[in-house]
Amino acid sequence: MSYWFRNDQRLPQARLAVASYIIVGMVGVLLLGFWKLQVIDSDKYAQWAERNRVRSIPIIAPRGRMLDRDGRVLVDNRPSFSVLLLRDDPALVEKNLPTIADGLNIPIEDLREQLVNTRALPKFQPIVIKPEASDADVAYIESHRADIPVLEMLSVSRRRYLPGAFMSHATGYVGEVSEQQIEASNGKLRPGDFGGKTGLERQYNDILMGTDGMRRVIVNSVGKEVDRLPSQEAIPGKQIQLTIDYDLQTVAEQSLGEREGAVVALDPRSGEVLAMVSHPAPDPNDFAVRVSKEEWQRLNEDEHKPLLNRAIQGQLAPGSVFKIVMATAMYESHAVPENMTIFCPGYGTFYGRQFKCWVYWSQKPAHGVVDIHRAVNQSCDIFFYTLGMRMGIDMISKYASGMGLGHKTGIDLPAEEAGLMPSEEWVERAFHRRWYPGETVSVAIGQGAVTSTPLQLARLIGGIASGGKFMQPHMLKDAQNVSEQTFPLKDSTVEKITDDMYGAINQGGTGASLKLQGIEFSGKSGTAQVIGYGTRDRIGKEKKFLDNAWFVGYAPRRDPEIVVSVLVQESGKHGGEAAGPVVRDIIKAYYDKKAKKTQGQYTAENKKYDIGDGAAPAASIQAPVIKPEAASGSADRPAAAEHQR
Amino acid sequence: MRDAPGTTTRDYDWWLLAILAAICTLGVIEIYSATHGSSLVGMHLKQLRWLGIGFVVMFIVSRIDYHLILDQAPILYLIGVAALIAVLLVGHTRFGAKRWIPVLGEFLQVSELVKLIIIVGLARFFAEVNTEQLSLRDLIKAGLLVGLPLVLILKQPDLGTALVLVPLLVVGAFLAGLQWQHAAVFSLAGVLLVGAVFYPPVSRHILKPYQRDRITSFLHPEEDAKGSGYQLLQSKIAVGSGGFWGKGFGNGTQNQLGYIPVRYSDFIMSAWAEEQGFKGVLFALGLYMALLLRLVQNAQRAKDRAGMFLVMGVAAALGFHVLVNVAMVIGAMPVTGIPLPLMSYGGSATLFVFLAIGLVMNVRLRRFVN
Repeated sequence: MSYWFRNDQRLPQARLAVASYIIVGMVGVLLLGFWKLQVIDSDKYAQWAERNRVRSIPIIAPRGRMLDRDGRVLVDNRPSFSVLLLRDDPALVEKNLPTIADGLNIPIEDLREQLVNTRALPKFQPIVIKPEASDADVAYIESHRADIPVLEMLSVSRRRYLPGAFMSHATGYVGEVSEQQIEASNGKLRPGDFGGKTGLERQYNDILMGTDGMRRVIVNSVGKEVDRLPSQEAIPGKQIQLTIDYDLQTVAEQSLGEREGAVVALDPRSGEVLAMVSHPAPDPNDFAVRVSKEEWQRLNEDEHKPLLNRAIQGQLAPGSVFKIVMATAMYESHAVPENMTIFCPGYGTFYGRQFKCWVYWSQKPAHGVVDIHRAVNQSCDIFFYTLGMRMGIDMISKYASGMGLGHKTGIDLPAEEAGLMPSEEWVERAFHRRWYPGETVSVAIGQGAVTSTPLQLARLIGGIASGGKFMQPHMLKDAQNVSEQTFPLKDSTVEKITDDMYGAINQGGTGASLKLQGIEFSGKSGTAQVIGYGTRDRIGKEKKFLDNAWFVGYAPRRDPEIVVSVLVQESGKHGGEAAGPVVRDIIKAYYDKKAKKTQGQYTAENKKYDIGDGAAPAASIQAPVIKPEAASGSADRPAAAEHQR
Repeated sequence: MRDAPGTTTRDYDWWLLAILAAICTLGVIEIYSATHGSSLVGMHLKQLRWLGIGFVVMFIVSRIDYHLILDQAPILYLIGVAALIAVLLVGHTRFGAKRWIPVLGEFLQVSELVKLIIIVGLARFFAEVNTEQLSLRDLIKAGLLVGLPLVLILKQPDLGTALVLVPLLVVGAFLAGLQWQHAAVFSLAGVLLVGAVFYPPVSRHILKPYQRDRITSFLHPEEDAKGSGYQLLQSKIAVGSGGFWGKGFGNGTQNQLGYIPVRYSDFIMSAWAEEQGFKGVLFALGLYMALLLRLVQNAQRAKDRAGMFLVMGVAAALGFHVLVNVAMVIGAMPVTGIPLPLMSYGGSATLFVFLAIGLVMNVRLRRFVN
């Protein structure tokens, strides 16, 4: 034994005896407590236990609506019913399962699986067995309330979007929240909740989504409601007002029609998005309940990529629209004398390879002697090949990148793509090789590695025409902190480049057929010969992917109020022919509306729906029907937005 | 089986083992009843595994002469304090508190182990003091010995486990000859502290918000419909509605419908009382009383003061657990998160009890050894 041990055997026996008494006393007191609860007050607690058969039925909070800039409803909700299964009495559930499966047309295996999957939840929480009850289901449940006490109907509100997939890429759609969303929500979301999956629904989910409430009723042992407890009211989501102009959006939808492509209309002074279209588009009403696996797979594998919002995710060669960047760089940098002229025979040899001008393919007469103004006006490729070769890729990249190409615009939509502006540094980083000077030649006419989204081009052209002031595009009307990027341009540069774009339409250029009386409609067409997706190499040679028609137009000539960027894919036509009329329709509609407003004729018909009036149905919108005046292709375009139900 | 030097297998406390086994059986039955229809199905088997490990651990601990263990008390104490600091630094957070460190693929609550170390440390301290009357100086020393780990456990935060250390000190000091003047002074201080905890203007400064909520909901359960007041109320409803005879195994509506909070662990006595009624409670609490009295008897027959302190430390810890947990179940104490020894589901807590009983067996085996 160690030093500390004294082998002392004198134990405090008296105090140990006290400890024994304390133990007996302690247990006695506890037993008295149980006696009071279990014998004296037993009846009271037995009653309370019976009262405890509280059914908690959720009250689903409606999502906030989306309004256009004039307060017209773009997205709202419609009432609907879900079927709930109450599970507090497993034996009763088991007994009724075959009847329920039969009456509601649900395979009994599915029901059993759902019961197994939800075992972890407390039994007094009901589960949804059919999210969208048909009229027949509702009738069935109402008429069988007495004999099937375990069914309950839950009133829910489903999202209602305008028909015909109107604006559907911008609005996005809702669906059951994913596990990642639940984790990121800090306990606000639970499995089975609906939340925004894409577009504005996702971007502003926190505003749009309300907080669900709970209705609590006391039921007796056979499931009959005997009393109600204070309910927890649902807090509806807040509505948001968008910068979208319903009238312009309608024109854009109709004018693009069923062709694949995208439209973006911006107010370059503020960055407000006035219209955004991407076709083809799925109808988000189809996703408002639950999208089937097969349908989802079909949408994902569709080669026309209906789930892609081309306006912000379609990364394609900008084609000749890029020449505006080239011309701006030339005016601004003086790297090449401004009076440079070249001779265009329809083709030319650069770095040992022959490059063609577009007139060569179109079998039109060659451009002959060309200076910068004529080059923009006629979109002469040979001029810009030469210009690109003389400026070099780094200078091109400096200007293009400085004015936003290859960078996200920062629009308030999820999953925007950045496009690509190649540079020497980029090829070294991405491919570990040197830049081939020949590649500069392609980039100079907006081909090769350079890609951009329709939104980027709208921002680009709008910003240049605004004197180098680029506003961050956004869709929320009262957006805070709209960032403004300036790329200093000399007044003379802005004057020359805007005159060139004015000339392209009004002075016999490539967009001459688009002229609008009384409006300084300016712009630039583009026809890109390859598509910009990763599949370019595989399918790029097929004829139907031959051309992507672009047109970016704006008005008036300087400090524009509206800029519209249109992409029409696989049109086989020149940008001025295929995309130009869409731009013109929108710009014309913009000025028509402005004229009516100033003359007092136009009133926003639906302003009577005040904020907070959740019952206003979207269907009652009286949309002005605008007939596209464009000759090209309007006949075979069915009206995409038939809003008058 | 070869016996340890000077001991025989016959000397094991077979009565104690029988009581132990009976309580464990009640626990496993009720865990099964509380979880068989839910996603936690099979939990009783996990508990059986812990019990199996527990019996082995108890046997091993009983074979090592407790004097050797007491020899190492200072080192054990340092290890315990270091482990508590480690938990605060790198511990695993579950249910909002840092209490767990991973050991052998399971998460162990360090503070459970620390309880044992304090029992050993105090036994060594009081055996070493060895006077008829405990001087104030030694009392304060003992207080500091307990105070350091107590503060560290409070930091986790784990009020329940921290509180368990207090009766260890109280019982130890009492048996070591605590003088009534000191007892009076410290009781007064204790009463003031408890009063402060229940008096909002003061408690605001010393308790965490969730702890204050628990106190408030204990005092005014009806104001807190979904918080811990709700838990206490549901527990009382379960106990009360069980009546004298109980609703029968697997028939407790409070239990089966999930109204009783953590019905397989901290509130297992509530589930038991609902399904087995007052007669079942009488049986269960009778077993606990027998267990505690049996421990005191072992202390009375210990060979030396060191052994006596060791056994009474274990008795104090278990007794306090039973008192606080059962009082909570009948709504007479706030929710503290203290499990019911041997019945509540839980790995660390079960291991602690078996290690502690192992120490008791150890003392008993050597009562005739010189």
